[in-house]
Amino acid sequence: MTEHEHYEAVVVGAGPGGAAAAATLAQHGVETLVLERGADAGSKNVSGGLIYAEESAPYTIDQLFPGFREGAAERPVDEYYIHNIAGEKVETFDLHDIHHHDTEWCDAVLRRKMDSWLAERVHEMTRETGGGLLTGVRANGLLREGGKIVGVTFDELDPITADVIIAADGVNSELARDAGLMDWEEPEDWFQGVKAVVDMPPEAINERFDVADDEGVAHLFSGDLFEGVRGGGFLYTNEDSLSIGTVFHLDSLSVERAEPHELLDSLLTHPLLAQWFQGEYHEREYAAKLVPDSKKVAHPSPHRGRLLLVGDAAGQMQAQGPIIKGMNHAVTAGGLAAEAFAEAKSRGNEEAAGTLYQQKLESEGVMDQLRPTRYRATRFLSESDAVNSIGSSLLDSAVGTAGIKLFDGLLEKSFNSPFVLGMIPDTKLSYVTVPTRIAEVLGDPVYDENDVEPPALDDRIGDLTYDVDDPHIEVLDNSFEASGTAVTACPVSAKDFGGGCYREETVETNGHEEKKVSLDTQPCVECGTCAVVADTHWEHPSGGKGVEFKQG
Amino acid sequence: MIDYETLRTPCPCNTGRVVIEMRMVVLTKGVPDFREGKVSFDEDGHLERGKTPTVMNPNDKTALRAALQSKVKHGGTVSLMSMGPPGYAEILQEGMDDVYADDLYLLSDREMGAADTWATAMTVSTGLEHLDETPDLIFAGFKTADGETGHTGPQTKWCLDINDAMPDYPLITHVVALDVDEEAGTVRAKRLVEGDVSEIETIEADLPAFIVTDPEFEANYRRAEHRLRHKDFRDETQQRAAEFGEYLADDTDKEPTEYEDFHMWNHEVLNLDPDYIGLDGSPTIVAGVDPIPKAPSEREATMIQPDDDEGMEEVFEELNQYAVGD
Ligand SMILES: Cc1cc2nc3c(=O)[nH]c(=O)nc-3n(C[C@H](O)[C@H](O)[C@H](O)COP(=O)(O)OP(=O)(O)OC[C@H]3O[C@@H](n4cnc5c(N)ncnc54)[C@H](O)[C@@H]3O)c2cc1C
Ligand code: SF4
Repeated sequence: MTEHEHYEAVVVGAGPGGAAAAATLAQHGVETLVLERGADAGSKNVSGGLIYAEESAPYTIDQLFPGFREGAAERPVDEYYIHNIAGEKVETFDLHDIHHHDTEWCDAVLRRKMDSWLAERVHEMTRETGGGLLTGVRANGLLREGGKIVGVTFDELDPITADVIIAADGVNSELARDAGLMDWEEPEDWFQGVKAVVDMPPEAINERFDVADDEGVAHLFSGDLFEGVRGGGFLYTNEDSLSIGTVFHLDSLSVERAEPHELLDSLLTHPLLAQWFQGEYHEREYAAKLVPDSKKVAHPSPHRGRLLLVGDAAGQMQAQGPIIKGMNHAVTAGGLAAEAFAEAKSRGNEEAAGTLYQQKLESEGVMDQLRPTRYRATRFLSESDAVNSIGSSLLDSAVGTAGIKLFDGLLEKSFNSPFVLGMIPDTKLSYVTVPTRIAEVLGDPVYDENDVEPPALDDRIGDLTYDVDDPHIEVLDNSFEASGTAVTACPVSAKDFGGGCYREETVETNGHEEKKVSLDTQPCVECGTCAVVADTHWEHPSGGKGVEFKQG
Repeated sequence: MIDYETLRTPCPCNTGRVVIEMRMVVLTKGVPDFREGKVSFDEDGHLERGKTPTVMNPNDKTALRAALQSKVKHGGTVSLMSMGPPGYAEILQEGMDDVYADDLYLLSDREMGAADTWATAMTVSTGLEHLDETPDLIFAGFKTADGETGHTGPQTKWCLDINDAMPDYPLITHVVALDVDEEAGTVRAKRLVEGDVSEIETIEADLPAFIVTDPEFEANYRRAEHRLRHKDFRDETQQRAAEFGEYLADDTDKEPTEYEDFHMWNHEVLNLDPDYIGLDGSPTIVAGVDPIPKAPSEREATMIQPDDDEGMEEVFEELNQYAVGD
């Protein structure tokens, strides 16, 4: 048997989940090594992002990292609105109540700044235990002995064994896949998030959004502006920039053959946004990433042997109605996983960490937030086609219109109810039809002219920083049937655009023409979409290689 | 000879193994910064030294990286030594900041000026002998970016050989990978032997040894503990380098002779006869330096802006003659 380097705990990934796990392990005096594939922590990460500290949560980020809000976050976000849009008609609801429900505080964040701030502290804390944090190191699989998971293998390091392995490696977790705990098969299990960070001086933000220096606001958008694709848009105020993006169900995006960058542009150029841009638009960064839908993929038993999954790696990303909560759950799960190991260790039974972790997720109510029983109970009925078509025609009818008018106030109220949000089915009815009808019936037209021109896709790619390595994705079946969806669904590819990752090609074989797909990973932003919608062998690039986000 | 048994101390990685607390010295020289935008030439094509900033010879950084790797893996200290004017303190500071040298030695006074490689080797070897501990590993980079002779390293080793008080240093050049075997007190090096086909040769030698690194040298850290220690050294030395940098920037008029980890030695300290060092001690005579004339350009270029439609039309026509296929 070869003698491997050994640590009590190995944490893979330095996002919020990994940072929380490592900090908690260090607090319990566990020797902890953290490995992050980005050249710098945060350089691979994208979120909207509003990070919540929930009153009911056993762990919050500022508890684990004092000074977080001052040092790592952007503006606190107190106001929260949703705009229902039908053409130029807009009906705005104030979602103050749901935003503040169970919320201790909520801040906008940019991930490069946030994660690198966290990583510095994590390194200091874990170094004390004899471990530390290393960037530029990619885990590429699990190390097994006699069929049991005993450690992790890496591109840049020799294999390392550990008593506990915490996989906090985010969506498209290679460790979760290797353990057979997650697969990347069904588009309906995922959302795709696309985002632009847009320059805006602090004074302009204050004036145009009517906030003070240390105040921020969130605006959400839904209705008919996204070509019928299920999902919505968001706008959050940072210190001196805006985060504007979209989150769509990947199955819907695929079926509609929609172009993600064009959907983002539909939002950016909507007249409603003119009041904020006032004709100026400078995009700092374009980015994208998959987002798991916890309702479908939050693993009920996210552990195997010494391996514990936390955060996106375990599918713990809650999207209920317009609210997106992934980072806070990653923090909670990281804390609970670490606590479970420390407890198991003190009982002299380290093997029990996984089971203990699972129990904690349940007893702390995390699992019920991620996979609400209400949703499971109503899902079968409400997502069936019959209910949908009846619902749509009802909304279109005179009765429906009268109902909407009658229940105006009630509608706003029900948007603010966590109970109702927990039941919202993933159908076009709830994402597109209802908001559109609300706007049509109740909304007022916006007359402002929005003449901003978002950059073309090749400029967006050109503005990103890459350290290109060997291709990390291989197309296994290049027929259009198997992998053609990626041509449109890839956020840096488009039909008839030659500068992206996926291209459609017509090849002549034996006298007849066939549509094929070709791939160039150079402009890849590692979003994970084609791991699901195309037939590929998909890995992350080696440590420090690939795209480098400066904002995130 | 050094008694290695007496030098054995516990390895910093706490594995209980015993290693040699190695003393390593890296030799370096300042060279004009030949990078685009930094270097300046006069109209005859001569280098304008006054206008071109001096930096640490890039190949010497590779040598420092090799020494650092040995320190990270086996413990010890890395000293950086150079001969040159007092301004070279800044170059040594750069070595501390960039490649984490522990302490710095500058051999400097007027008598040492204008030395050729031989006189330099005489001076530097005396500097090495003057250290309070005999070095276990001496490193030099391959060639300087200005002189390009590649002599200084080997000549320094010969000068050390002459001195009976110093151990014999086997010389290993063109080193691309390095490993110290702490148990056996040996060093194993991979060297690049260039010929029609480049080959890698593995050499084993007893410590102490004199290593000349190849520009292709790659440090290799496959253990997390090594990367973590590397990070510790970086954090620690960069902090010290920043303080030393501030001290240097503050005291431009004053010649810094001693500052914590910085030592400046003149020929008197080293007990060197001025006749054998500097210009007087240099047998080499540079008869002249001819700039290499620029090859005359045979091509003519016409600039056309992309928004100049007519111009672009011409470009297409021009290119059309070379078009193949349909
Ligand atoms: C557009 C968009 C908007 C979003 N909006 C919000 C929001 O408003 N609020 C919210 O709470 N959440 C939001 N999310 C979700 C949120 O970003 C995630 O849920 C959260 O980041 C999950 O945290 P994590 O620690 O589990 O994983 P991540 O933050 O993804 O961290 C994983 C880390 O592991 C590293 N890694 C991955 N693979 C390897 C490997 N093989 N080896 C080494 N390191 C590896 C990665 O580089 C990364 O640093 C949004 C996501 C997107 C894409
Ligand atoms: S190639 Fe795949 S992983 Fe890369 S950006 Fe496109 S869809 Fe995302």
